[in-house]
Amino acid sequence: MVKYALRRLWQSLVTVLIVLTLVFLLMRLLPIEGYFADNYDKMTPEQREAVLDSMGLLDPWYVQLQRFYGDLLRGDLGTSVVYRPNVAISEIIAIKIPYSVRFGLAAIVISLVSGLAMGVRQARDKGRLWDKTWTGYIVFINAVPPAVYLLFIQLYVTQITRLPILYRRDNPVSWILPAISMSLGGIAGYAMWMRRYMVDELNKDYIRLAKAKGMSNKAIMVKHVMRNAFVPMAQYLPTSVLLTISGSIYIESLYSIPGMGGLLVDAIQRQDNPLVQALVLIFSTLGIFGLFLGDVLMAVFDPRIKLEKQGGSR
Amino acid sequence: MMSANERSALQAIEDQSLFTFAEYDEQAAERTGYSNYSYWGSTVRVFLKNKVAVALLLVMMSLLIFTIVQPLLPGQKSPTKIHNDPQTGIQIRNHKPGGEFWFGTNSIGQDLWARIWSGTRTSLLIALLVGIWEVLFGIVFGALWGYVRQLDALITEVYNVVSNVPNTILMMLLAYIMRPSFQTMVIAMCATGWLGMARFVRNQIIIIRDREYNLASRCLGTPTSRIITKNLLPYLVSVIVMRIALSIPGTIGWEVFLTYIGLGLPIHIPSLGNLVNEGRAAMMSPSLRYQLIFPAVVLSIITISFYIMGNAFADASDPRNHF
Repeated sequence: MVKYALRRLWQSLVTVLIVLTLVFLLMRLLPIEGYFADNYDKMTPEQREAVLDSMGLLDPWYVQLQRFYGDLLRGDLGTSVVYRPNVAISEIIAIKIPYSVRFGLAAIVISLVSGLAMGVRQARDKGRLWDKTWTGYIVFINAVPPAVYLLFIQLYVTQITRLPILYRRDNPVSWILPAISMSLGGIAGYAMWMRRYMVDELNKDYIRLAKAKGMSNKAIMVKHVMRNAFVPMAQYLPTSVLLTISGSIYIESLYSIPGMGGLLVDAIQRQDNPLVQALVLIFSTLGIFGLFLGDVLMAVFDPRIKLEKQGGSR
Repeated sequence: MMSANERSALQAIEDQSLFTFAEYDEQAAERTGYSNYSYWGSTVRVFLKNKVAVALLLVMMSLLIFTIVQPLLPGQKSPTKIHNDPQTGIQIRNHKPGGEFWFGTNSIGQDLWARIWSGTRTSLLIALLVGIWEVLFGIVFGALWGYVRQLDALITEVYNVVSNVPNTILMMLLAYIMRPSFQTMVIAMCATGWLGMARFVRNQIIIIRDREYNLASRCLGTPTSRIITKNLLPYLVSVIVMRIALSIPGTIGWEVFLTYIGLGLPIHIPSLGNLVNEGRAAMMSPSLRYQLIFPAVVLSIITISFYIMGNAFADASDPRNHF
């Protein structure tokens, strides 16, 4: 087990290193305007050269790459150019993290609790009205782009319920709608998963045996079905948790929540290259780390998984 | 009693026929176990039983035909022409839907009806290109991955690296690095979708390659082309069609998202993403909301239809649902 986790950790670290290098090299292909604040047009070519030189952007790529690794090891993500000129990116992000984490955690709790409950209800009432209604909901959420239905939620739900249309730090009522919006996709995902899993599982022989020997339905649910249903879910849960608490790109920007996701949109729209690079690195690293945790978690939860074979085939 | 001559001649024939491949003879093959089961017949039959999916299929077929022939119909306006009032020469801005402009005009006086159909064409074209790429590249890559054992470890590593990075981030990064254009959009979206397909094909090939019925087919001298069409393809075609169908809602969704964060198509190309984004700019004033609602409704009808049809087809193509 420990051996497997260590090998998987090593694999993830290598992946992180490859991704860091690729992203850094890709970012070198960008137009140089992204390294200037709004004074780009006023500068003479010599001045531009001087600015780029002072940022070390004219050095050969391997020198830049080496410096980039060195900076990362010291926890230095570079400085912002356009968004907040000459402010360290780590400082900008530190302010943003608490907002994203708070909304992300709320969204995860809401989507897990209601999604799983909904899926269980659906499986029990399979084929009846309740099941069909929520299947309709799931189809809608999966088929219609979030960028469209979330817009309509913001537009009409705020109108009907008189909730505020934008996030305000001093007004907790304005936190409700973003948190719910963030969990809509998760609810559909968890419900769909739970329903499908339970419908498959309830027809299996070991459940029939459990029923035959007089186990109560509730005990069957908790001891057999839920536990088994959780195993495949364990693999994706850490990734979704990490990416949710690091901020929903669309919703934070829609409701002007000052979190990391909204920051990425701002950085892209204002072409702040160093900031985009730092955020892309953070999000990718979280994604890789999440999958690592997921694989380890799955191995912990499911004793049937043969670790040696699993490590080789993945 | 056979003569010695006859016996040795018979033996020679026997030996020969034992050690040469049997000719493939369709009649002989059918004779062993006749069944009128046909994979495609059953797939179509099960699909047709799903009334909702069939209705949506008809709707989508008419919509597709309409988007293609719409510019050729009489009385249609250009999607990019800015209409001016003939008397005053001022642009007809934010004109309400009505007789002249069926879906109204946008904030600079372009005809929304024409823009929506032109946008639908653009978005469906992107979706189709991405879907086809996903399938083609996914199958080629997946086949190499599954068949060439030396490549397995290498491709698995490549897969691990690429699939570890969140899709959204990869797509945003690529769209950010390249200049906004039709090509950028297609390339950014093509970068991630093939992963799932390649993995599926690889797993299918590894499973099917060594199955007994395949081994038996090979031993009986079945030509490779027949193994591919009869043993392998039925497993894949259903997934291919489903992938293309489901890539349409996915691609349209990504396009709306990328447009929102400012990485979409240039604004002079009408697309569903650009239209939704333009509508969003006007949505705060209730009288202009039609500019958001019309594109959003058309978009949602398209994505929901393809999603439901794709899933219905996936169900229908699963042989377990054929009886």
